[in-house]
Amino acid sequence: MTLVRQTLYMTVRHLRELSRQPWFVGVTLVQPVIWLLLFGALFKRIVDIPGFHGHSYIAFLAPGVVVMTAMFNSAWSGMALIEDLNRGVTARFLVSPVARQALIAGRLVKEAVVVVIQSLIIVVLALIVGASFPGGPGGVAALFAVSALLGATFGGLSNGFALIMRQEEALIGAVQFIVLPLTFLSSTFLQPNLMPSWIRHVADFNPVNWAVVAGRAATSASPDWGLVASRAGFLALLLALCLAFATRAFQSYQRSV
Amino acid sequence: MQQAIEADGLVKSYPKGVTALDGLSFEVQQGTVFGLLGPNGAGKSTAVKILTTLTRPDQGRASVAGLDVVAQPDLVRRAAGVVAQGSGVDVQATGRENLRLQGQVYGMRGRSLERRVGELLERFGLADAADRIARGYSGGMQRRLDIAMALVHDPTVLFLDEPTTGLDPEVRAEMWSEISGLAAGQGKTVLLTTHYLEEADQLAARLAIVDRGRIVAQGSPEELKRELRGDAIQVELASDGAPEQAPDGSAPSAIDGLPGIREVALEGRMLLARADDGGRAVPALLQALEAHSVAVASVRVARPSLDDVYLRYTGRTFDAAEAEAAEVSR
Ligand SMILES: Nc1ncnc2c1ncn2[C@@H]1O[C@H](COP(=O)(O)OP(=O)(O)OP(=O)(O)O)[C@@H](O)[C@H]1O
Ligand SMILES: [Mg+2]
Repeated sequence: MTLVRQTLYMTVRHLRELSRQPWFVGVTLVQPVIWLLLFGALFKRIVDIPGFHGHSYIAFLAPGVVVMTAMFNSAWSGMALIEDLNRGVTARFLVSPVARQALIAGRLVKEAVVVVIQSLIIVVLALIVGASFPGGPGGVAALFAVSALLGATFGGLSNGFALIMRQEEALIGAVQFIVLPLTFLSSTFLQPNLMPSWIRHVADFNPVNWAVVAGRAATSASPDWGLVASRAGFLALLLALCLAFATRAFQSYQRSV
Repeated sequence: MQQAIEADGLVKSYPKGVTALDGLSFEVQQGTVFGLLGPNGAGKSTAVKILTTLTRPDQGRASVAGLDVVAQPDLVRRAAGVVAQGSGVDVQATGRENLRLQGQVYGMRGRSLERRVGELLERFGLADAADRIARGYSGGMQRRLDIAMALVHDPTVLFLDEPTTGLDPEVRAEMWSEISGLAAGQGKTVLLTTHYLEEADQLAARLAIVDRGRIVAQGSPEELKRELRGDAIQVELASDGAPEQAPDGSAPSAIDGLPGIREVALEGRMLLARADDGGRAVPALLQALEAHSVAVASVRVARPSLDDVYLRYTGRTFDAAEAEAAEVSR
């Protein structure tokens, strides 16, 4: 109970920060919008490839872009933590009785909220440019949920790295090293049956792909809810691991001060 | 009686072979202000970080309010208030939001928290700025907010790591009166670290001089200074209107041999001597001079400064130690 309350206090702090610079959400949307419109236009003819199911590439792409955006933006979550480390804010919390989990969880809940806001914007945009989500609002909500899970997972990873590396440059390197390969080793842009088989196998272990598969299934005309639930379950498990990792990483930070 | 803070043989080293603490031991009596005085890199902040549970000692043990800092960190955290060397203010939030969150973290909420926050804003002169973003605060305001935040949960032991560094003299003087009020008025124990000799002298009932991770001397500022060779007494002799006239050569012999007076010398018109306690020696000295009809223009008693104390125990002046530390960190 205390943990929930403390997490809430921290979430309020981070969301308030965000509300004072709401343009930030917009700025972080520039890139995914470009992906959506540019890739949507560029690969429009992919639907003609034999073996591609469906007849609109943008409809196929939209859930992928939602998931990708969730990961891209949450992966930077640790940058704000490094700023807190440098400003002595984290040290102040660490000499208070607040739970370490709350210090991480508060950030992750904030990331999840941002993911939902951004996902909503992307979905509306996708609808405008001609995508459709046959699964209806329930499917879209499930897409948001798996995206939020993925965002929180990468947020946790990023915060853990931030506490261990403690330097912006190092974190930027790590994030860039991870984020793009994970995107391309997934079915974000292409259906699995059209991918080289090794990528298909790698993708099975890729959390980004879990979210894409689940999100795409949930928004399809006849959702395979078993598939959605299993991938969401994997993500939840991984989120728990990342949260534990980041919480433990405080020890690494405290050894360094 | 139980001591509010006890440090016993604390050792801490950092990677690259830096020994920050090398067997640091001291005790702080409840309800007093204790000063840790030392140059850059002496280990003051490291000691504070260990005592406030931010980091652990490699060796030794320490307790705050009777609670072991390694075994019972959560209880120590509740008992202690901390103002770290750098500010810990969240500059993207207002003063009020900072204070409120700080209270919430210690389990306070609702009306009583709001009341406490309002009280502290008032007391630290931040009421007008309460709802402004802290990024726009002056250095002095941020520092006051730091201290207010450390007090929100009404801790019994307060750690202030260089609370006045970087503040202009006026603000520093205000801070001093606030700090002495904490111990005198509210019975709190305050551990204060400082570079400023005069700050330790002014605020601390007892102080310890830290050098290279060890305590080289401790006691009250008065005791420490008294352990030196005594006060310098300077008597300016009157010259009866004739400035060039040499004073009566009988002056030194008049006071030589008085109890507690040593090293008597005459330099021009200045009669110099040393005494263990200059203040006490002066009346007898003046009487003796008067008895020998030596006219006196002025008397000055110069106390040894903490700088002298530092020099005596470390073999270098405080400024030299600071310069050395600056050299090393470069
Ligand atoms: N996090 C750290 N990593 C590596 N070395 C450190 C760290 N913190 C302190 N040190 C080193 O330990 C020694 C003691 O540092 P400390 O900060 O305790 O000194 P201080 O007395 O507080 O100095 P100052 O007056 O400059 O604040 C110094 O040599 C310092 O360089
Ligand atoms: Mg320091």
